[in-house]
Amino acid sequence: MYVAVKGGERAIENAHAWLAEERRGDTSIAELSIGQIREQLALAVNRVMAEGSLYDPDLAALAIKQARGDLIEAIFLIRAYRTTLPRFGASLPVDTGKMACDRRISATFKDLPGGQILGPTFDYTHRLLDFKLAAEGEVPEAATREATPGNVPHVTDFLNHEGLIEEAAHNDTTPPDLTREPLEMPAERALRLQALTRADEGFTLGMAYSTQRGYARNHAFVGELRIGAVPVEMDIPELGFSIEIGEVTLTECETVNQFTGSKSEPPQFTRGYGLVFGQTERKAISMALVDRALRWEELGEEDEGAPAQDAEFVLYHADNIQATGFLEHIKLPHYVDFQAELELVRKLREEAGANSVPEAAE
Amino acid sequence: MKDSSEDHAPRQHWLGLMAKAPKGRVATLLDQTMTRPAFTWLRAPEVGSTMVRARAGATGSPFNLGEVTVTRCALTLATGEVGHAYIQGRSKDDVEAVAVVDALMQTTAAMTLQLQVLDVLEAEQTAKRDARAAKAAATKVDFFTMVRGED
Repeated sequence: MYVAVKGGERAIENAHAWLAEERRGDTSIAELSIGQIREQLALAVNRVMAEGSLYDPDLAALAIKQARGDLIEAIFLIRAYRTTLPRFGASLPVDTGKMACDRRISATFKDLPGGQILGPTFDYTHRLLDFKLAAEGEVPEAATREATPGNVPHVTDFLNHEGLIEEAAHNDTTPPDLTREPLEMPAERALRLQALTRADEGFTLGMAYSTQRGYARNHAFVGELRIGAVPVEMDIPELGFSIEIGEVTLTECETVNQFTGSKSEPPQFTRGYGLVFGQTERKAISMALVDRALRWEELGEEDEGAPAQDAEFVLYHADNIQATGFLEHIKLPHYVDFQAELELVRKLREEAGANSVPEAAE
Repeated sequence: MKDSSEDHAPRQHWLGLMAKAPKGRVATLLDQTMTRPAFTWLRAPEVGSTMVRARAGATGSPFNLGEVTVTRCALTLATGEVGHAYIQGRSKDDVEAVAVVDALMQTTAAMTLQLQVLDVLEAEQTAKRDARAAKAAATKVDFFTMVRGED
């Protein structure tokens, strides 16, 4: 419990003014524009959109500037803004099979229709600091080559033809929405996926890593990882038909996991799925691994007691805004709570005769 | 309600095309083409959100992925045609321009707007998409076998 107390107004006002000054930093250095953040810190912008659960690069860039680069604070700002928006409706499910791929790789098939497209990746860089970036300079233009027109097929489709991989269960009921109804257990897969796609990247990565190290054995192959733009289509009631209202960049990861079969299912490969706003590869792979681990029950696997198999543990601790809100509230005044604890400890010490000890020492 | 019947197809296409245009582009092209006609608001521009849905495993059951900011409006021209617009982002100026074009596309100005606004947008978007696809294609791996161990 914390108690409202008066007397801090001037201190708070001055603290905010100082915060604004520190945010700006040395005024002899040029100020960052929203456009600069959006264009040059794009992966930070993507993370804020993904975990803020609102796709709007300009707003995410503004939040990053306001939060002085503290991404969880920026995500907090976006989540707060999001709640002020009236909801116009929901889109039709996006079709990632029609994605205009910037990147598309498979770790399971070398030669696959559509090919291995590396895209603008950090992979294969040497992770050595590039001091050329510290100096201003022109960037050479990226090379081009004639592109093959048409959609890039999903890797899991090839495995599907042979029946070697489970079919994605398909029904078109309206999915539950944790922004409207509180998250409750047991959580069906649609709800788990919604929670995971907006979950903290670090938490999701840690959980995914734990499955790789043997907690809930699930050796995963990245069947496919793709990044690119997909149109967002929505039914417009006043028109009586659907239209494309825009386009979002997504990262999709499909894992292929070995599965020896169960009472109800033949031996086959199973799937984990990750889909995240923006170019957010680490998060999408993590999401797919955690999604697969959480599916143990429906696949009839053993409960190994691994943290990544525990939906309640994972989903209730994955949201960094809930976590940071509860964590940071303990720094607010708890004077009355603490006073009560103080009284209690004093009383207990008295009963235990502990108070005589310091006196003896004096 | 996904309805792509013949009647709706052209309107569906132009509304989608304009929704994906860069900030300010539709307004610029419209104003270069003609003076805007008088209109009254049916629904003044309003910013909100749409929940983007996706499918588990790309083809399975739907789930909620996250929201996207959207601006919408509706207007009626003095001549009676109604224009609608839903566009990604938060731009009241852009959404107004899109709704005006949508309404004008139902008038005799349609041919001119098709040539000077929609065809231009289409060409720009195709060029942009192709340029990105060409860069992606340049990063496609060409595997070749160096030595095959047959022993």
